[in-house]
Amino acid sequence: MIVASLAFYLFAAMTVASGVMVISARNPVHSVLFLILAFFNSAGLFVLMGAEFLAMILVIVYVGAVAVLFLFVVMMLDINFVELREGFLQYLPIGGIIGLILLVELIMVIGAWAFAPEAAGVAAAPTPPIESVTNTEALGALIYTRYIYLFQGAGLILLIAMIGAIVLTLRQREGVRRQDISRQNTRPRSASVEIKKVQPGQGI
Amino acid sequence: MPNHAVPDFAPAAPEIFLAGAAMALLMLGVFRGDGSSRLVSWLSVLSLIVAFFMVQMLPDGTGITFAGMFITDPFAVFMKSLVLIGSALAIVLSLGYVRAEGFERFEYPILILLASVGMMMMISANDLISLYMGLELQSLPLYVLAAFKRDSTRATEAGLKYFVLGALSSGMLLYGCSLIYGFAGTTNFTALADSLRGSEDVSLGLLIGVVFLAAGLAFKVSAVPFHMWTPDVYEGAPTPVTAFFATAPKVAAMALFLRAMLDPFANLVSEWQQIIVFVAVASMILGAFAAIGQRNIKRLMAYSSIGHVGYALIGLAAGTETGVRGVLIYMAIYLAMTAGTFACILCMRQKEGMVESIDDLSGLARTSPLMAAAIGIFMFSLAGVPPMAGFFGKLYVFKAAVDSGMYLLAVIGVVTSVVGAFYYLRIVKLMYFDEPAEAFEKPAGMELSLVMAGTGLFTLFFFVYPAPLVLWAQAAAAALLG
Repeated sequence: MIVASLAFYLFAAMTVASGVMVISARNPVHSVLFLILAFFNSAGLFVLMGAEFLAMILVIVYVGAVAVLFLFVVMMLDINFVELREGFLQYLPIGGIIGLILLVELIMVIGAWAFAPEAAGVAAAPTPPIESVTNTEALGALIYTRYIYLFQGAGLILLIAMIGAIVLTLRQREGVRRQDISRQNTRPRSASVEIKKVQPGQGI
Repeated sequence: MPNHAVPDFAPAAPEIFLAGAAMALLMLGVFRGDGSSRLVSWLSVLSLIVAFFMVQMLPDGTGITFAGMFITDPFAVFMKSLVLIGSALAIVLSLGYVRAEGFERFEYPILILLASVGMMMMISANDLISLYMGLELQSLPLYVLAAFKRDSTRATEAGLKYFVLGALSSGMLLYGCSLIYGFAGTTNFTALADSLRGSEDVSLGLLIGVVFLAAGLAFKVSAVPFHMWTPDVYEGAPTPVTAFFATAPKVAAMALFLRAMLDPFANLVSEWQQIIVFVAVASMILGAFAAIGQRNIKRLMAYSSIGHVGYALIGLAAGTETGVRGVLIYMAIYLAMTAGTFACILCMRQKEGMVESIDDLSGLARTSPLMAAAIGIFMFSLAGVPPMAGFFGKLYVFKAAVDSGMYLLAVIGVVTSVVGAFYYLRIVKLMYFDEPAEAFEKPAGMELSLVMAGTGLFTLFFFVYPAPLVLWAQAAAAALLG
């Protein structure tokens, strides 16, 4: 048990520390790298809770795709981050006050925390015993049966996101060389290869 | 592992059909290119009409499917019918504009179709998760549509503004949902209603969750104090898109608002009632006073829609069956008036292009008397002058407020109607008594004239035979509260 709680405190402390570094690092590339560290440590927290599927998804999706995309964007866009950050201290007091109010409110809410007694009974999908069913299996059995409606709805939302991205950004530009695979494949050898006899010591 | 039977697809047949049609038309558009946009538009209208009849064919009574996440009842049928009509009108209204402005792109009607699927999912939501899913499915196409004219800075700004604020409101809504789930232990509306029934002390956390949920929904219907995005987005977005924004999504968001407040949280009426009363009063007042200074007709319509949402919310604040009936009738009439008004705005085209200032309407009665008459009818109706339809919409909600003893609310409603009448009637005065400005280009286009005539006749002659709509709304309201 002591190992588990030690690991928890290690992962939790690392997550919070790297979260702080994300917003305070001067170099945006360092920020993204700290973000990746935060993701890895959160994945560790998930593993401790027995949610290994979520942990893997976090690493694959967030580290593998989202953070790398961030990194590309940060490196490709020519934004002066130092300039952007200049107003940061100026907003600190008001931001701090809002954060404090939210914190007090949350403490007040959680202070009055009481689960409705019927809550356990009406839970939509009771958790199966963790010894007999793996995370992935349990999720899969729910997503494609009970939650098929939401699953398909989410699919439609992603389709719209795709259409939207294409509608708003794709432009047909003149003078751009495009790859036409069928044309490439149907091109005969005679049209693209020319054999020359080169005499020794003369060049073409 | 529990064995799951195949869910019953029949109650969701219209949604499934519409989603399938949207994807099929997308394929058609992709393979035929932008030249097919007219064909895709008309096929989209056809699909919406087919879906409309499929909605009417649904069996009477309540049908729940997909593990309790989806519900159809007469209320859903009523609201879905309005939404489908609104979406079809929006596509028809856009036909002439997209041709003249040169953004004929086949994605436009497809995005409207997919947004309609989202709106129908919202109306049929019986669970916090399906509520959110429907809401996002509806909002995402709207963000894209607002920025559809991507070379115009104003449209892009409108799209971006709408997106950022919409994401913020979604965040608030989700925060509310998570609090509700945390304190009630369920996201299902039926289970929520069951667990709240009879319990005396409701936990504070649940109430905070309901407040956040109401705030998120108030943003979607653009009620004060969550209205700030409306004028800018309405002004910046291309006019047919604005026409769409002002009609179908408003109706769908209002339906969701009604269901979310009156179905799972019916027992908390005394808790949320004061919030709705405040929102309704603030919307009516702002809608009446802020519109006075507007010279741009699209901005004016934005403030007008904020005001109208305030009037409709009176019915929700009453929380009774007559109140809900009032909201339903109000939204039906609002849909007709607004679609008609935007058909007129889309006719405001001079040699240099579209104009949007209300001064361009001066002396319209002399240059095109029929259009002036149509605008006159819509303005009188929006102001709530009898015997136009708009008057009856207001009458039913005020009556509901008086019936439940909310006299102050009804009085404020009447006073703000009078203030609002000023700017509607100013347009009528401009058209009939001022010197003519440059005439609009003619002909206005077949589709626009048809929409104008249809909605105009409905607005003008609603009082002759209001019974079908009133009875239908009555049945729908009874189903929601029953």
